[in-house]
Amino acid sequence: MPRIGVFVCQCGNNISSTVDTAKVAEEMSKLPGVVLTEDYKFMCSSPGQDMLKETVAKNKLDGIVVAACSPHMHEKTFRKAVEKAGLNPYKCEIANIREQCSWVHHDTTKKIGTAKSIDLTRMVLERLKRNKNLTKISIPVNKRALVIGGGIAGIQAAIDIADGGRDVILVEKEPSIGGNMAKLSETFPTMDCSQCIMTPKMVEAELHDRIQLYTYSEVEKLDGYIGNFSVTIRKKARFVNEDLCTGCGDCWNKCPFKADSEFEHGLTKRKLIYTPFPQSVPNIPVIDKERCPKILKDKCGLCEKVCQPEAIDYTQEDEIVVEEVGAIVVATGYNLMDEARFAPYGYGKLKDVINGLQFERLASSSGPTGGEIQRPSDGKVPESIVFIQCVGSRDESKGVSYCSKICCMYTAKHTMLYKHKVHDGQAYVFYMDIRSGGKRYEEFTRRAIEQEGAMYLRGRVSRVYEKNGKLMVQGADTLSGSQVVIEADMVVLATALVSRQGADSLAQKLGIGYDKHKFYSEYHPKLKPVETITGGIFLAGSCVGPMDIPESVSMGSAAASKVQALFSADMLDREPITSKVREETCNACWDCVTACPYVAISKKEIKNRKGEVIRMVANVNDGLCTGCGTCIAACRSKTIDLAGYTDEQVYAALNAF
Amino acid sequence: MSNAKVKAEIVSKEVEGKDAPWEPRITALVCNWCTYAGADLAGTSRMEYRPNVRIIKLPCTGRIDPLFIIKAFEKGADGVLVSGCHPGDCHYNAGNYHARRRWIGFNSLMEFIGIDMKRLHFSWISASEAIKWVDLVNDVTEEVKKLGPFGEYQDINKDGL
Repeated sequence: MPRIGVFVCQCGNNISSTVDTAKVAEEMSKLPGVVLTEDYKFMCSSPGQDMLKETVAKNKLDGIVVAACSPHMHEKTFRKAVEKAGLNPYKCEIANIREQCSWVHHDTTKKIGTAKSIDLTRMVLERLKRNKNLTKISIPVNKRALVIGGGIAGIQAAIDIADGGRDVILVEKEPSIGGNMAKLSETFPTMDCSQCIMTPKMVEAELHDRIQLYTYSEVEKLDGYIGNFSVTIRKKARFVNEDLCTGCGDCWNKCPFKADSEFEHGLTKRKLIYTPFPQSVPNIPVIDKERCPKILKDKCGLCEKVCQPEAIDYTQEDEIVVEEVGAIVVATGYNLMDEARFAPYGYGKLKDVINGLQFERLASSSGPTGGEIQRPSDGKVPESIVFIQCVGSRDESKGVSYCSKICCMYTAKHTMLYKHKVHDGQAYVFYMDIRSGGKRYEEFTRRAIEQEGAMYLRGRVSRVYEKNGKLMVQGADTLSGSQVVIEADMVVLATALVSRQGADSLAQKLGIGYDKHKFYSEYHPKLKPVETITGGIFLAGSCVGPMDIPESVSMGSAAASKVQALFSADMLDREPITSKVREETCNACWDCVTACPYVAISKKEIKNRKGEVIRMVANVNDGLCTGCGTCIAACRSKTIDLAGYTDEQVYAALNAF
Repeated sequence: MSNAKVKAEIVSKEVEGKDAPWEPRITALVCNWCTYAGADLAGTSRMEYRPNVRIIKLPCTGRIDPLFIIKAFEKGADGVLVSGCHPGDCHYNAGNYHARRRWIGFNSLMEFIGIDMKRLHFSWISASEAIKWVDLVNDVTEEVKKLGPFGEYQDINKDGL
């Protein structure tokens, strides 16, 4: 026979004003298994908890029900208290007679509240009788971290984790780290040069003793769970031996072939053996295997001939590396929306219609024009430039519903950069609204308009066409209520920021969520902004949504601090609410495997003494299982059950109503 | 009559008096993260609703075995309501989608075994939707009250089946 104690809390008069707590206690004392009941003023108070502890120990209780406030409030408190009295904490259950009874039934005759409290407490009591002793799951933590994405957010996260004394693996799919920020000319609102602040960070990441870079590499596969991940990384063949290459540049100087530079967004050409930009980290080139004639048809081979350290290796193949880590930071960044969707603006057709990142390159002193603003078609310095904002943003029919957030600011910056370089040039900006929330941001846009002479027109552009060597921008000026046509030498489109291409397939590999725009989902958008639903995987930067540099950096640091916290203990305690398989009855239908949202269930071989596989059964990984119970409802043979919410417990509660 | 119902009746007669009018008994199967917290919020906000509902907390609506619902009716519930996180908001990512799929399949079975679907309600209530919870409980109680007691299973028992 169980020895259960029921403690009914009056909660001052929060409960007792509408519930006859003495009556509830009295009714409970009549039920089998209940050896004592208490009707107490404040169970959660210090004396209340002491009384609980003493009573449990003195009467050798093997289970208790506290009929009080919501378990979300004090379940932890009471479980901790009984644990100190030597009882398994999972032998303590809470009947919610405050939030879900006394506070919502205002009948002061106490009839309703008392009757309902008796039911609720009885249901929990019956459930408690079936509770098993559970032990917190303890899992070891591998204190190495993986950061995916070498943009500013990822670099920041990597450096912070490494500075905290933990080893970090930084994976970047491009040949160099740096991401989008490395492309920028100057940054708002301070107008400091992006590369001047970015390249030291890149070098710091490269030289850090605790950071290992995997550039030109991608995550292929992820196994394991929080504290114990196993990551499969594909190191794409560079055709250059990284250990031998000195980055002297002889190879790319001599390479006779060219292709459009991805880093310069097609504004200039690069060689077929190349580093994306002169400040690349690492400063080791890659061979463009899609185009290089040596790779394709064994012709040329000039780079090999000129390479003195003999680093060129045409036989190199992709390498698969497996790394063990305990936590992951995902910082894969953004892409710009494909402007081809905006045919009326002439992008791709009219050479002098470019996007924001291309303008950044034009304005950058390390860019294709050395920082001179020259239009791409003929190198002429534009006398006027029209900037069009919200190209794809806030436009559900042609683009995306959301605001890309940084365009108002960078467009204002562009107008200033243009003005600083071409003093008599005129900038026009078509905008919908100017959104400049942020420290010193509003002052910045006002400066562009009021002091730097940019002409802001509120309205949409309907089309851009060519006439007598000029770009004609036709649009509406809604403030004056008129149609305008502006003659420009160049048009810059502030295209929407979209999720990184392939963001969804990476999310599926990692088991993290994403929204309809394929931006990654936070655990909680406000209170857990860097966590994901998968334990041990954190987010940073604009893979979550459009974000500027300060936000990306903050988020990188925030993710790093989460990783540090995770790494602060050798073992990780987890709630023991996980699924359990009764192997004898599993008929290997694998419905649970399909149902599990966490890929926590795998197929396990049962072998006989000779080591032959005789049957297969489901197997739950405690590290991955979060205890949702979806597998249990899917199981036809009732083989799988959820500790803490077993079928037996639920039926006991149902039966008791 | 089930033991539970007898027990409950003893209590209610004792507490509410012998002549208390019939009130439906509603079992609510709710998830821990959204609806349970929503119901808590109704309390914290001191809202008021019909007292006929008894909540059973589960981690997720995905945990709900359809047999729980049949069991609830067998044990004397006159109505059952199921509520979890909104689609896309599931604490466990996809548990509520599983619940929804099962619910659709389960619907026709319920009708087949003779349970009026008006006695069964499925809803999404988030942790912030206390008002929705209050309305749901009141509506379901009202609806089930109109239908009267669910006696079919007891009748079967009486016939010795």
